Amino acid sequence: MCDFPFFSLVCTGEIFELKAELNSDKKEKKKEAVKKVIASMTVGKDVSALFPDVVNCMQTDNLELKKLVYLYLMNYAKSQPDMAIMAVNTFVKDCEDPNPLIRALAVRTMGCIRVDKITEYLCEPLRKCLKDEDPYVRKTAAVCVAKLHDINAQLVEDQGFLDTLKDLISDSNPMVVANAVAALSEIAESHPNSNLLDLNPQTINKLLTALNECTEWGQIFILDCLANYTPRDDRESQSICERVTPRLSHANSAVVLSAVKVLMKFMEMLPKDLDYYGTLLKKLAPPLVTLLSAEPELQYVALRNINLIVQRRPEILKHEMKVFFVKYNDPIYVKLEKLDIMIRLASQANIAQVLAELKEYATEVDVDFVRKAVRAIGRCAIKVEQSAERCVSTLLDLIQTKVNYVVQEAIVVIKDIFRKYPNKYESVIATLCENLDSLDEPEARAAMIWIVGEYAERIDNADELLESFLEGFHDESTQVQLQLLTAIVKLFLKKPTETQELVQQVLSLATQDSDNPDLRDRGYIYWRLLSTDPVAAKEVVLAEKPLISEETDLIEPTLLEELICHIGTLASVYHKPPSAFVEGSRGVQHKRLPGSAGSGESADSPDTGSAAGVSEAPPAVIPSQGDLLGDLLNLDLTPPTTSGPPPAPSSGMQMGAMDLLGGGLDSLVGLLHAAPPVPQRTDTPQSPQLSHQSPSPPDYSPTEVGPGDHAGPVKARSPAMGAGFGAPPTAMPASFPPPVSGGLDDLFDLGGSVGMPMGAYSPPKSIWLPAMKAKGLEISGTFARRAGVIQMEMTLTNKAMSIMTDFAIQFNRNSFGLAPAGPLQVLTPVGPNQSIEVALPLSTVGPVMKMEPLTNLQVAVKNNIDVFYFSSQYPISMLFVEDGKMERQVFLATWKDIPNDNEAQFQIKDCHLNSDAASSKLQGSNVFTIAKRTVEGQDMLYQSMKLTNGIWVLAELRVQAGNPNYTVSTVVCHVLCLC
Amino acid sequence: MIGGLFIYNHKGEVLISRVYRDDIGEAGLKAEQPIISRSVPKPVSCLKRNAVDAFRVNVIHARQQVRSPVTNIARTSFFHVKRSNIWLAAVTKQNVNATMVFEFLYKMCDVMSAYFGKISEENVKNNFVLIYELLDEILDFGYPQNSETGALKTFITQQGIKSQVPTKEEQSQITSQVTGQIGWRREGIKYRRNELFLDVLESVNLLMSPQGQVLSAHVSGRVVMKSYLSGMPECKFGMNDKIVIDKQGKGGGSEEAAKSGKQSIAIDDCTFHQCVRLSKFDSERSISFIPPDGDYELMRYRTTKDIILPFRVIPLVREVGRTKLEVKVVIKSNFKSSLLAQKIEVRIPTPLNTSGVQLICMKGKAKYKASENAIVWKIKRMAGMKESQISAEIELLPTNDKKKWARPPISMNFEVPFAPSGLKVRYLKVFEPKLNYSDHDVIKWVRYIGRSGIYETRC
Repeated sequence: MCDFPFFSLVCTGEIFELKAELNSDKKEKKKEAVKKVIASMTVGKDVSALFPDVVNCMQTDNLELKKLVYLYLMNYAKSQPDMAIMAVNTFVKDCEDPNPLIRALAVRTMGCIRVDKITEYLCEPLRKCLKDEDPYVRKTAAVCVAKLHDINAQLVEDQGFLDTLKDLISDSNPMVVANAVAALSEIAESHPNSNLLDLNPQTINKLLTALNECTEWGQIFILDCLANYTPRDDRESQSICERVTPRLSHANSAVVLSAVKVLMKFMEMLPKDLDYYGTLLKKLAPPLVTLLSAEPELQYVALRNINLIVQRRPEILKHEMKVFFVKYNDPIYVKLEKLDIMIRLASQANIAQVLAELKEYATEVDVDFVRKAVRAIGRCAIKVEQSAERCVSTLLDLIQTKVNYVVQEAIVVIKDIFRKYPNKYESVIATLCENLDSLDEPEARAAMIWIVGEYAERIDNADELLESFLEGFHDESTQVQLQLLTAIVKLFLKKPTETQELVQQVLSLATQDSDNPDLRDRGYIYWRLLSTDPVAAKEVVLAEKPLISEETDLIEPTLLEELICHIGTLASVYHKPPSAFVEGSRGVQHKRLPGSAGSGESADSPDTGSAAGVSEAPPAVIPSQGDLLGDLLNLDLTPPTTSGPPPAPSSGMQMGAMDLLGGGLDSLVGLLHAAPPVPQRTDTPQSPQLSHQSPSPPDYSPTEVGPGDHAGPVKARSPAMGAGFGAPPTAMPASFPPPVSGGLDDLFDLGGSVGMPMGAYSPPKSIWLPAMKAKGLEISGTFARRAGVIQMEMTLTNKAMSIMTDFAIQFNRNSFGLAPAGPLQVLTPVGPNQSIEVALPLSTVGPVMKMEPLTNLQVAVKNNIDVFYFSSQYPISMLFVEDGKMERQVFLATWKDIPNDNEAQFQIKDCHLNSDAASSKLQGSNVFTIAKRTVEGQDMLYQSMKLTNGIWVLAELRVQAGNPNYTVSTVVCHVLCLC
Repeated sequence: MIGGLFIYNHKGEVLISRVYRDDIGEAGLKAEQPIISRSVPKPVSCLKRNAVDAFRVNVIHARQQVRSPVTNIARTSFFHVKRSNIWLAAVTKQNVNATMVFEFLYKMCDVMSAYFGKISEENVKNNFVLIYELLDEILDFGYPQNSETGALKTFITQQGIKSQVPTKEEQSQITSQVTGQIGWRREGIKYRRNELFLDVLESVNLLMSPQGQVLSAHVSGRVVMKSYLSGMPECKFGMNDKIVIDKQGKGGGSEEAAKSGKQSIAIDDCTFHQCVRLSKFDSERSISFIPPDGDYELMRYRTTKDIILPFRVIPLVREVGRTKLEVKVVIKSNFKSSLLAQKIEVRIPTPLNTSGVQLICMKGKAKYKASENAIVWKIKRMAGMKESQISAEIELLPTNDKKKWARPPISMNFEVPFAPSGLKVRYLKVFEPKLNYSDHDVIKWVRYIGRSGIYETRC
């Protein structure tokens, strides 16, 4: 039975020879000829010309020959669909053969011939085979349905095969069940919404029974299918877990991992205090460790999965550190993965061992591995504080080896260690500096430059060192250039006397000779900053940096959850969701872990999280540019832009927003106001919705412009009046929300104010809290500024049947820090149907948080019955202070300094006052007219006003005389911060 | 699921190609370059490579060492394993169960070896028809089907010519076996002599620091059986598993428990052949099964506690100047003196710039193998509680290489006639209710072999 010669046959004329042999009478000869044909086919020769001759051999009772012919058919039928029809008859006949092996073979092969005409003929035989008495035929037919579905989904549905397939789940033969499950799962994947695999407790029970009896492969199909089921409650979840755990002892690692997947998923539903939960956790560890003694390829898959499992449930393997130690002969892909897991498992308890190992690895041959080992040492230092010192000394030892890539890698990680433990290990800087010349990788150079800049005051020759880098400035990569720029500016701020020349050099290099916009812009920012106010620059550039986090490169939690649902599959190997590498709709549904019964630990979905907070604080609409701005600022001021881990957060996505707030805000405040960061920041507890908006840009809370923060004459402009006042000083007119006009309307609501005395404008009272909502308490009110004091004037009406007493009031944080200046003075109880007027003086020194709309105020009122919440909007004008009149010269100078592109214009219609009347009316509201000009019949009023938090607003009011329905045509607002 | 399966030789030529799914196939086969007449160069327009070529170019012919057994090229994933010079690659475009694909590839190798021995280019070429037939049977539309050799051999035979049409009973017996609960055994097996061979094969792994501290040690063991039993026997296997013995101890009195507890071992984890009833093991920890006929691996296990380390390696490396290295290695055998270890081999790595080596050893033969950068010291036999020593002087060529020699660990190979984990077989009972032979009639052979796995001492 030596087939070897077939492989050596050479082409010309051979087709004819084969043709002759195929048509030979002798069976043996025929078979040999078909073998030769198949051999040629395998090596890629085109033997499709022999199609009719081969098909002629099909009618034989020799099973082997038949199989060969079928093999040929599967390959060529598609290219010769017309001739393939010739085979149909034989197929149909074979499907009736008394031998079940032949019946199955025929139906199996027919499914593989992807020719429409043939599929039509397939339906009848398939239907019969699905109900065949022999399980072998049925299990083959089950898979065939999936094949047919792949060719023609509609046909499968029309013919009702899906129902037959569903019936097969209850088949008596376990293998039939397994194949039916596999086929159904595949079909269901391409119909994400169909309820095809209708998993209910009964079917689950059937599957679990079949699980004990079918082949290893069948067990995998069933387990993978089970993983898609969501149990109704923790009891069901537990009982499934109990029946799945025995699979953990299976020799086939795919069975084991699929079982792990089911358990990991269903465990989410178990209450944590359950004994069984603990038992299960303990049961999971040994099989996972055993996977590591499998063949290297399987080890690799297992390790990639363990990486996920460890992130989700670190407790499972926390005592198993040793098994992840790298063996000398492990393939490199296994080594790298083990290293990753070692870092994840590193803790105070095992750090000594881990470090000893890592040091050993750093002397190995493979460059990638060594680098990763060095990096791992750094990560250990950051993760386990107690070990930091030892890690640093290990790194120093490694630097002494002078192996180039080791040194470079070590410097990169030492930089991160500095970020985590500032001012602790500067003693090593000297050693680092010795290796300056050997650094040739951008990342290492950038890290070194950052270190020099950061600790410039302690390095005597910092200027020389940086200067040496500057020589080849244009040949450096952007990363290094940016770092160099920042470092030199830092150096300048620390040692201004000796380094002026250097800083000028680098600034001109960055701004004039570079065509990289990032570099240029950063250069300009520094330049302006330094030339306007070095003190501010110092506070900006040398601001304290947030510490970097300990856990790096964690997978983002929602992705992790999805990947946990895909344990064992390619997705878990790539650490990517299936949609990232699978084409079409297949497998693109996102899977989620089921919610947990006992604990809130399983990451509440973002929606529910925000829903809870909504009633209290309406979600802040965040300007879209914020994102960009945040990035830009982050880039600018967090020195080691390349350090990989973003500052601060400890747990991925949700904290991402916080992080941006942390880093971004500080920078923002620093940059634009040259002021130290405001301690109070918008953070999660106050606005829970914030942290849930995933691509959350930093929120511009007015905190930043709070009183007393303005250290220098840095300008900030707000494009609009009214609501825009408190908004942060950035150029983003488009992002301003509609309520702007609301504020303006109020302010310029001059027409309606006929009967009002000269004085601050105050809107009429409106109902803030209807009685319906407050158990009979109705509150109406307004805001007013009276004699320099902001007052909240309220009428409390008791519409209930009982007496109300014990009134108290409280405000939520708001944009301008409004807070009650004293307690609510309601001394007498309010009887039924009684009203009482109260005036509450307000101060502006309360806690600040940006509201949306800006002038929104959330109030809580308490009485003996309950606490009630309402929100109201105050007119911006009540925040204008009495000393808002600016000196003419100052006004002029300031006006000029503000470029035109930040003007906002607004029109006010139906104003029946002349310019003088308007001016005096506005003055009543502390809007002061500084100058008046008449140009071409237009009166232009230049006005200034100052807000309680010290922001100046400049406005220009144009009044078209002679227009009865005259228009206030333009308002230009400038927000300006003067001390 | 698996979209296609290819077998390549080391040159990257396709020996076997079976496409199960359209998404990867078609183009792959049509544009496949003939491997024999390679004269026609591909036009530039063909640069869009198909699956078969993509794997050849990106993996087999890749310049760099393979960095992962799973490769994604143009949204197509390739899984590969290598057996000697042969590459087996499974291809898919879907999110398949990766573990299953690798398990399947190994299984495929097992099946092929069971049919025609070693997997070599020649054997694959000689048996290509058989391989196609097997692939057709064990992988349907990319779903692995029954892959038990025992079952397959009943109906896929290369002596297919003897195809006297099987009787109807035979046919249904075949199909019920292939699909049935006991897919690994057929009915009606008869032996004159009922015999059982049981081998406990252990490989002991060690990583030791130069100071003699055990960094990690574990035993991975296998229980391999050969059974020649008639009928459908029910077997029960027992060993000195601590959990079982403790359980029995509770019932039988504390003295016995203490006595046997000393000899019992703690098994960290074990996995079983699919014939073992896992649910029974899970609940009662008893290992019961209907064995396949012939060779099979009953269980695998792993232990980490109280391992008997058969050898201790004590290295002494001294650098004498920049051009000389003195190495002394002592090995001590640490088991009963009545037992003999065999096939002992100590491998001492030498630096790359070694120019010459002088060796003195008390026992066995030692040789410097320049091509392997190692001194290989072989001892045929060594009794327990003995000690032997080798000393070497290594001359080095002076180099400018700043990088220090990495000092790979000293590794050891050996074979000992006991189980380093301490595992003992307590019983193996056979029940065959239908045929009239009892447990006593079965001849049972038990053998323990401990081998070195990765047995390394750092120096």
